[in-house]
Amino acid sequence: MTSTQDAGVVVEGLGRRFDELWALRDVDFAVPQGSVLGLLGHNGAGKTTAVKILTTLLHPTEGRAAVASHDVVTDAALVRRSIGLAGQQATVDGLLTARANLQMVGRLYHLPRKVARARADELLERLSLTDAADRLVKTFSGGMRRRLDLAASLVAAPPVLFLDEPTTGLDPRSRIDLWALLEELVRDGATVLLTTQYLEEADRLADNIVVLDGGRVAAQGSPAQLKTRIGGERLEVTVGAPDELLPAAAALGHFASDQPVVDGDGARVVAPVRAGVALADVVRALDAAGVATTDLHRREPTLDDVFLAITEPTTTAPEEIAA
Amino acid sequence: MSAYAERLRLGLSDSLVLAGRNLSHVRQIPEKLIDVTVQPLMFVILFAYVFGGAIAVPGGNYHEYLMAGIFIQTLTFGVMGPAMSMANDLGEGVLDRFRSLPMARSAFLSGHVIAEFLAAMLGLAVMTVAGLVVGWRIHTDVAHAAAGFGLLLLVAFTMLWIGMLLGTVARSADAVTGIVFIVIFPLTFVANAFVPAGTLPSVLQTVANWNPISSLVAALRTLFGNPTAIPANAPWPLQHPVASALMWCAAILAVVVPLAIAAYRKRTEA
Repeated sequence: MTSTQDAGVVVEGLGRRFDELWALRDVDFAVPQGSVLGLLGHNGAGKTTAVKILTTLLHPTEGRAAVASHDVVTDAALVRRSIGLAGQQATVDGLLTARANLQMVGRLYHLPRKVARARADELLERLSLTDAADRLVKTFSGGMRRRLDLAASLVAAPPVLFLDEPTTGLDPRSRIDLWALLEELVRDGATVLLTTQYLEEADRLADNIVVLDGGRVAAQGSPAQLKTRIGGERLEVTVGAPDELLPAAAALGHFASDQPVVDGDGARVVAPVRAGVALADVVRALDAAGVATTDLHRREPTLDDVFLAITEPTTTAPEEIAA
Repeated sequence: MSAYAERLRLGLSDSLVLAGRNLSHVRQIPEKLIDVTVQPLMFVILFAYVFGGAIAVPGGNYHEYLMAGIFIQTLTFGVMGPAMSMANDLGEGVLDRFRSLPMARSAFLSGHVIAEFLAAMLGLAVMTVAGLVVGWRIHTDVAHAAAGFGLLLLVAFTMLWIGMLLGTVARSADAVTGIVFIVIFPLTFVANAFVPAGTLPSVLQTVANWNPISSLVAALRTLFGNPTAIPANAPWPLQHPVASALMWCAAILAVVVPLAIAAYRKRTEA
């Protein structure tokens, strides 16, 4: 008997070594059926390696992984029948038309010719590519290629979808369209694993987030849990001279929900801001502390803030700067 | 239907889908067929009318002598098409797409082989017509003529697999072009393809006599009844051109096919 958990993705002690380098190590997570997991990390964090293992393109060096209840190594053929992949390199054929690409993928999923044709038309429509359907893909913009790539991953309506940085290189408008489409797919019951470098994206789309750093899991939990750890909006202050960093951090402390963090390189102080703080008050406090503020703004927390918050030892507390 | 027969059916269907993909590429970029269409026509004109007047063939007409050389040279350049398309595909993200689909893994290779073989057949048809236009004729019976065309198909198949191997091990499509020109030009010219080998200096004559290209060309001339201009003291392969041509093709295929498949497996291993 298969539990609902098993029908999604289960990863246990997964590791992959390239020569001497572990691209992925001791990774455990699960994507329950019908949920979305956001795999968050910088370039080189191991996100693509994880996706490649789960889509049978790479064998793990250690550990095991199952997709739709099938082991990715021993039952690779069964896994391939249950998945759709939108890779980081747009994995479509530039010398075919968009329509021909989708029909070809449908035929390779062994859909009957007629079904493959109908499905291609349906997906072109759904991803607003109907007007470009008979153009060669090499003439497409990056965003159009991405959408076609996503369409290709949906051809067989697979129960589990892998999307490797689906919005990288998209303009803001296409990104929002793509988010809406993903939300629609999830409502229809798809299990989705997506990788991203943007905390905002993972927050918006994912039920659970796994933060990867150097091939290892740095943190995981729901977006709410992660936010509790990292705080909300950031107040970012850039100062004119390095000796103003400490007074600036002290002044910011009154408005912060957690200790301000000093970024010496950028001559910046960053702090998670408490609710209801007025920027005018912050400016006044900085002025009173004798800080020549060159820039001050509020912003959403980024992946960097996540790392700063969860990898405490590398965080530089203001006291240490003074020494 | 047994599970094995079903797998075979799906594998064949996958191969045809991918062969169709490669043929669509040709439809989009007809220049891909230049090496099997325009290039042989150019060589026919060049040799038949530019150099031909200055080349004497003992016991025969140069145009009749020339065509077998053109046939084999063009088929030899046929390594280029499959090599380029394999090298291009292996460097692209589209391969990841194919590998993540529930298709037969071998279909990617067989799709290329089928499409390229069809392209080679088109080239053969073009050359045959061009040859007939410049005065080349088949002087043997139907059986020998059929054997001649059979040999041409075998050579096309052999060259195609050399190209598959080359394209799979090459680091890029550009590397392929370099290798092909450096190897194929001397290989086809230091042979009996365009001039009787007897006219070459002795060292080159030895090379030409043992060159597999010479065996293939001589076999074709023999089967089509064209002048062969093989001297009486030629080594064994040229005294028995059909047998040596078949042996060359069999030997090359026996080496190249397993190597190409192994190289493809290695390039796509998980």
